[in-house]
Amino acid sequence: MKQMKLLERLKLSGLKRALWVYHLNSGGCNGCDIEILAALTPRYDVERFGIKLVGSPRHADVLLVTGTVTRPMYERVRRIYAQTPDPKVVIAIGGCASTSGVFYESYNVLGPVDNVIPVDVYIPGCPPRPEAIIDGVVKAVAKLERLMEGKEG
Amino acid sequence: MSGLNALWQAILVLVGGGVVGFLYKGLDRKLAARLQGRIGPPLRQPVLDVIKLLLKENIVPRTAIPWLFQAAPFLAFITAVTALLYLPIGSLAPVLHGYGDLVLLLYLLAIPALAMAMGGFASGSPYAVVGAQREIVMMMSYEFPLAIAAVGIAWRLATLGIGPSFSLATIAANPLWGLVGPLGWIGLLFLFVALLAVTPAELSKIPFDIPEAETEIAGGLFVEYSGVNLALFYLADVIKTLVIAGLVVALFIPYGLAVPLGITGVGGQVLDILFFLVKLFGVVFFAVTVVRVAFARLKVDQVVRLYLLPTTLLALAGLLLLVLDKVVMGG
Repeated sequence: MKQMKLLERLKLSGLKRALWVYHLNSGGCNGCDIEILAALTPRYDVERFGIKLVGSPRHADVLLVTGTVTRPMYERVRRIYAQTPDPKVVIAIGGCASTSGVFYESYNVLGPVDNVIPVDVYIPGCPPRPEAIIDGVVKAVAKLERLMEGKEG
Repeated sequence: MSGLNALWQAILVLVGGGVVGFLYKGLDRKLAARLQGRIGPPLRQPVLDVIKLLLKENIVPRTAIPWLFQAAPFLAFITAVTALLYLPIGSLAPVLHGYGDLVLLLYLLAIPALAMAMGGFASGSPYAVVGAQREIVMMMSYEFPLAIAAVGIAWRLATLGIGPSFSLATIAANPLWGLVGPLGWIGLLFLFVALLAVTPAELSKIPFDIPEAETEIAGGLFVEYSGVNLALFYLADVIKTLVIAGLVVALFIPYGLAVPLGITGVGGQVLDILFFLVKLFGVVFFAVTVVRVAFARLKVDQVVRLYLLPTTLLALAGLLLLVLDKVVMGG
């Protein structure tokens, strides 16, 4: 019994402290993308939390989606979501990804990211500060924990 | 009796190798971060990464060749672990001493890279295919200097009448530096530098990480791997770092502390093993960590030219000097 608990703790620590993020621009203006890059610089050093930027959605635990979803990106966003292995969380970064922002009801966008794929954490701001992005990724951990528990029980 | 003994030794070496491998991977990341003025991840970060990967879904793409795609990570991991059993550790002979030699170890080192390329080709992703081709191209350019360095040492030992000269235990027990003349000494230095230059490419680390190249081909070879399969490649990399560093130590710096300090018995062996770990760390730090922090990724043609011209010429010059040394010394 105690052993099981230790195993659970080990699993959770692995999930909590080793999040690999994949960065997906679904039609943003690059403002939020630059803030994501700023969060990866030595000044903020997200690697100390075990957060790592990966080049393939297959390696990712977290999708960082920036920008409102444009028509050409619709199919790609859905496919990248499907390519990410479970358990996964999606973070919508910036006003456009959360609510469509200034592109609200524009003729060539399909609305915010949660119109297309399920979103777990919203980070408002135009663009959000790197601190806010790091905070959002750390908040996603709680969501992952719940996903894991659901899978276990 | 001795078979059972070897089994215990093997288990001990594998568990110890795993622990030390994770420790060195953690140290590598921590020290790289410190060199870049960052705080860096905790030392246990690689363990956490593997635990997390084991919990993830294991996807086999529809376009992949399933059995080959699934077999490649296992092949890479198993050959890396087997290679660990052929390494002399401190003053102890390799666990599988007598069942294979330096040549076998060189092949065992090549197989994980081939397995990665195989898995890449079987992924059915154009990124992975490009990555696999790059891995093969890089292998073809660095294997030659690697082979020259290994064969040069074994040949010189044979001319000195020390045998069996291809056995790693013999090479580790008879450091060549003290047995050759000044010409041979310079030759050995050349071979040492060539082998150190090959080390980061063997491990696909920056500046030679062209097969993975996350920013241009999205993780290359590993682009379609997830979950357990990716964790196995991660483990293979951790173990392979130890093996290649151990090979450098066994070929060029096989000195122990126990004999000069006059400590015998178990104490001396423990001291030698600890000193061996320090030497391993030195090789990993200077040949992998510092190099990957100091340089940016090279292009494919730059990597090939670097290995086929300067490194190969350096290794050949080293071999030539060893031959001259034999002529002068009258071996």
